[in-house]
Amino acid sequence: MNVKFTHYVIAAATLLFSSNVFAAAPIKIGALFAVTGPAAFLGEPERNSAKMVIDEINKAGGVKGRKLELIVYDTAGDATKAVQLATKLIKDDKVVAIIGPSTTGETMAVIPVAEKEQIPLISCSAGSKITDPIKKWVFKTAQNDALAVGRIYEYLQKTKQTSVSILTVSDGFGASGREQLKVQAAKYGITVVSDDTYGPKDTDMTAQLTKIRGTHSQAIICWGTNPGPAVIAKNARQLGIKTPLFMSHGVSSKKFIELAGEAAEGIKLPSGKVVVADLLANSDQQKKPLMAFVKDYQKHYKAEGDHFGGHAWDAVMLIRHAVENGADTATGIRDQLEKIKGFAGIGGSFNYSAQDHAGLAKDAFVLVEIKNKDWVIVK
Amino acid sequence: MQFDQILQYTLSGLSTGAIYALIGIGFSIIYNATGIINFAQGEFVMLGGLLTLSCLELLALPLWAAVPCAIAVSTVVGILFERLAIRPLKQPTPINLVIITIGGSILIRGLAMLVWGKDTHAIPAFSGDVPISVGGATILPQHLWILAITLVTICINKIYFYHTISGKAMRACSYNRRAAGLVGIDVRRMVLFSFIISSAMGAVAGIIVAPLTMTAYDVGVMLGLKGFCAAIIGGMSSGLSTVIGGLLLGVLESLGAGLISSGYKDAIAFIILLLILFIRPQGLFGKADSERV
Repeated sequence: MNVKFTHYVIAAATLLFSSNVFAAAPIKIGALFAVTGPAAFLGEPERNSAKMVIDEINKAGGVKGRKLELIVYDTAGDATKAVQLATKLIKDDKVVAIIGPSTTGETMAVIPVAEKEQIPLISCSAGSKITDPIKKWVFKTAQNDALAVGRIYEYLQKTKQTSVSILTVSDGFGASGREQLKVQAAKYGITVVSDDTYGPKDTDMTAQLTKIRGTHSQAIICWGTNPGPAVIAKNARQLGIKTPLFMSHGVSSKKFIELAGEAAEGIKLPSGKVVVADLLANSDQQKKPLMAFVKDYQKHYKAEGDHFGGHAWDAVMLIRHAVENGADTATGIRDQLEKIKGFAGIGGSFNYSAQDHAGLAKDAFVLVEIKNKDWVIVK
Repeated sequence: MQFDQILQYTLSGLSTGAIYALIGIGFSIIYNATGIINFAQGEFVMLGGLLTLSCLELLALPLWAAVPCAIAVSTVVGILFERLAIRPLKQPTPINLVIITIGGSILIRGLAMLVWGKDTHAIPAFSGDVPISVGGATILPQHLWILAITLVTICINKIYFYHTISGKAMRACSYNRRAAGLVGIDVRRMVLFSFIISSAMGAVAGIIVAPLTMTAYDVGVMLGLKGFCAAIIGGMSSGLSTVIGGLLLGVLESLGAGLISSGYKDAIAFIILLLILFIRPQGLFGKADSERV
């Protein structure tokens, strides 16, 4: 009797266990990040953050009892490679969703693959053309450049400054910013009086700034990622330019303050809320996730969590949200993503809909000023 | 167009051009001694800057000690490069050597990325950054350092090449390696010397420019190319014409960016390079070589 009972227990346990294994097959999520190469400053924190969150979710028992499995490939910032790896993720690894790629160029190249294979793609790059026009399977977590431009122009309008000079870097990021700066100007009653560019590896921008000084504009807006803007800040100081200098969200990291040193003082820029997480009002919905992200990242990688990592964090959390709502297939996740409303993440408050796959509004950015080597929120 | 603008363009151009000149001379020295273009030259520029950073931050050396240290270490890298990559080559044809220098540059850059990371780093200016006003235009004390150090380096170079035995021997190698060998000059040693001098000069360029432009593992690529342009304009001479080539390039770039369009800044450099190669391959100031039959 006793022995028989034990047998039953074992049989039952085995059955339970095996069925559990079956049900708990992990949900496979693919990720394409530019971990090496010129865009490594994006890809590395993205990979780190994605791994960190997935580990944490799994440690806490997964989502609805199912673990998440992250498969990360390094695209090295190469669009061709990104396409090959996307195909590999879908055909070989059989993932149900893809996070990334890190840059707009790669994302545009991967979009046709995701659309054809019907796998949801949550891009971590900022280009507005990713979700405009809307594509059924493509979402993004990085804030549109348009929102950052809007933030600056709004401030200029409020302070009654109407003429600006723009100085943008001649790469994808700068080109997109330049386009938005020119397109949105009229809406805020602003005229762009001079339009200059510089190369991403340029080491001296005094020529452009001298030209800008001659235009007597009321503000200078520079659009680029490190180290160019730091050179520009130093050059502007050298030339004794007193015109207010605005930067893009591309330099909203401590690194910029470190590079530009004294010359960074007084520069204003739109920034995601990560860098000012501790300065946010407690009523801000994003404060809790932001503080959690910053602390976690510090704990795991001994470095400050940044916006780029935040884009990957958001992407994983959005997928988790979708899985929590009962989705475990590509189609299910896509449909659930589209229904997400008021999800407070790192990049902002996400409200996806059938008409909006970018999900963020202007409040995703705050305007910050650099004072005493630190950030201050401009009211 | 106002005078002070033109003056500003010219001054900015001259200081950038001085850097191009220093790097360009590094190219020429190795070219003259070995007949190869050392495409790893830009990497010594990068090493100079980053090693100074390490000396300042990790070893906490004062600037006057950090600079010679960085130059010394870069020079050692130059020596190792020559010993390990250039000398052992069994068939030192120019094309093989050029490919080796390209490979070497990728290797050095990769190692630098592992050591210093992918971030850009700033180095403090040698003597503050209070701008100096020059007739409506402004420059930084660092610009004066650049111009002065370039001048001194070029003078030392000149003295070395024209007034010392080993300098004269190196010039002999550049005229005719075989004949130089026949009169008892150790050509291989001269090749090593050329690497020592040009890696040190590259490092100097990298150090004096770093406070202005900041430095990262990949700054050598573009600076190296610009230096190469300067050397081509100067007809690969290791003297004054490469200096003028560098300054000319810097000023044209700056004027082009200011007066025409900033988008064409790099294009200007490379258009000049192509024009020189098409029209005056012997350099802007050189006399055409007669073909020896």
